[in-house]
Amino acid sequence: MTAVKTDAPPGREQSRPGRPGWWTARRRDHLAGFLFTAPQLAGTLLFVLLPLGLMFWYSFHDWNVLAGGFTWTGGENYERLAQDPALPGVLGATAAFSVGLVALNLSLALVLAILLNQRLAGTIVFRTIFFSPVAVTLVAWTIVWRFLLQDDGGVNGLLSVFGAEGPNWLRGETTAMVSVVVVQVLKNVGLNMVLFLAALQGVPKELYEASTIDGAGAWTRFRRITMPMISPTILLTSIITVVGSLQVFAQIDVLTSGGPGTSTTVLVYYLYQNAFQFHDFGYGATLSVLLFAIVLVLTVIQWQMRRKWVVHED
Amino acid sequence: MRTERLRTGPSRRAKLVLYALLCVLAVPFVFPTWWMVTSSLKSANEIFAFPPTLLPADPSLSAYARVFEFAPFAAQYWNSMYIAAVVTIGTLAVSSLAGYAFARIRFPGHNLLFLVVLVGLLIPSEVTIVPLFQLFNGLGMVDTHWPLILVPIFGAPSVLATLIMRQFFIALPGEIEEAGRMDGLGRLGLYWRIALPLSRPALGAVAIFSFLHSWNLYLEPVVFLSTPEKFTLPQALTQFTDAYGGPMWDVQLSAATLSALPVLIVFVVAQRQFVEGLAHTGLKG
Repeated sequence: MTAVKTDAPPGREQSRPGRPGWWTARRRDHLAGFLFTAPQLAGTLLFVLLPLGLMFWYSFHDWNVLAGGFTWTGGENYERLAQDPALPGVLGATAAFSVGLVALNLSLALVLAILLNQRLAGTIVFRTIFFSPVAVTLVAWTIVWRFLLQDDGGVNGLLSVFGAEGPNWLRGETTAMVSVVVVQVLKNVGLNMVLFLAALQGVPKELYEASTIDGAGAWTRFRRITMPMISPTILLTSIITVVGSLQVFAQIDVLTSGGPGTSTTVLVYYLYQNAFQFHDFGYGATLSVLLFAIVLVLTVIQWQMRRKWVVHED
Repeated sequence: MRTERLRTGPSRRAKLVLYALLCVLAVPFVFPTWWMVTSSLKSANEIFAFPPTLLPADPSLSAYARVFEFAPFAAQYWNSMYIAAVVTIGTLAVSSLAGYAFARIRFPGHNLLFLVVLVGLLIPSEVTIVPLFQLFNGLGMVDTHWPLILVPIFGAPSVLATLIMRQFFIALPGEIEEAGRMDGLGRLGLYWRIALPLSRPALGAVAIFSFLHSWNLYLEPVVFLSTPEKFTLPQALTQFTDAYGGPMWDVQLSAATLSALPVLIVFVVAQRQFVEGLAHTGLKG
């Protein structure tokens, strides 16, 4: 972190007669610091930390909004969580979705960025194309894909041109999960692609030139120079993508409503169903605690891993 | 830079392969938007014609007219626009003030307070949606737009914005402010007259982020809003269904096109600032 010297030049206090002695430029600066950060801090307190505390508090209560009543039940919700027959499936779907999304998103983003980083004319057109879904309204994008993925929709129409017969994508358990992952990757991969592209362009050319003279092949250069040099960006994008993958809700709701069966019911969707469709706020809060714990653990693990493989840090 | 590129460009055959690869990869990115726009101009019968038609045989705007018959779509459009505008301006104000202070003012506890704010990154509103609902219920703000405005301006998305602004302000050289201080500027003056005008790229990135975040927000409207006149676009788009709950595709795709096309056009026109603004801001790692 860069320390910024902020103390006012000496003698400033004397130039302001009539002020009490303790009201120094330094104190005024401190006050400015508090006032500037006050809206953000108040917002964090009210809309982040207070709800977080309430979430834990609710999770120890039985609270059905329709039936009424708010009673302390200790760890009963957590016992229910441990025995919930639906939970293994939900966690499995969550893991499948997140792993699939992160793996496909990061690798595709890297491939696209490398392709765009070749010295080709017109790459800006392709960059615009790959990035454009980011600017398309999320639900509009998802609705079109639901339209395209129907049994007689555009995807199978396209496949039939090549003589292939596609499945009813959103009705099969595996194909539904694949569809949800792919639709989401196509929507947002442009963001990571752009970040990777900026990182690739930041790698000093001399490094490549030197290694080519040393006889290194393309793959060696990629592994030994490119990957280490862009590793901070890989870490950052993977943290953002992992946390983002656990927040996916609209795509599931619009494409599959968690189905077929519960095959695409990820944790956020399950918690939404329990709290806002079955009106079981106590158990909904308990599922929120689980979601929070997963986000926390994954972020800490990735942050720890940076020491192992992120090469240079500010 | 251009000449350097030409000097060491790939061979002709390699170029052909690269272009072919890029074109194939581009299909799933372009096709959905193309299909959305063209299908919205087709008749309900032609939408499912086989083999599918790439261009509408008899383009008609009748499905667009029905969008406004079936739903208070103009009001819903306005809701999305004004909420996204308020969220963007609010996020810019909150995050640039906080980002400036955390970067350049050394006040007691600034590191600790910054950590407290950063915690917000780990707590997306999906995690706290149950207590947030109760909180706004207690404030009498359910079925109003307040939650859709307040949570993004002050919650997790604005933390990311503050982080971007802080990274940017940290990189500003100290001498720039020294000069302003000599001219008698206080902190507010330094922030408003010197730091902010220099931080256009970061402000641009934050504006794009927060606008798109608000524009795409779905869980919060679904949870908080129940009156169709108050819906925002993402929620409104899913409501065009027939008596059996099946989607009315021509109407739904017309509404989707109406919601997506303006932002997409703005993006294509301003794509350089858009993309490079995002790439060259604190997020670069």
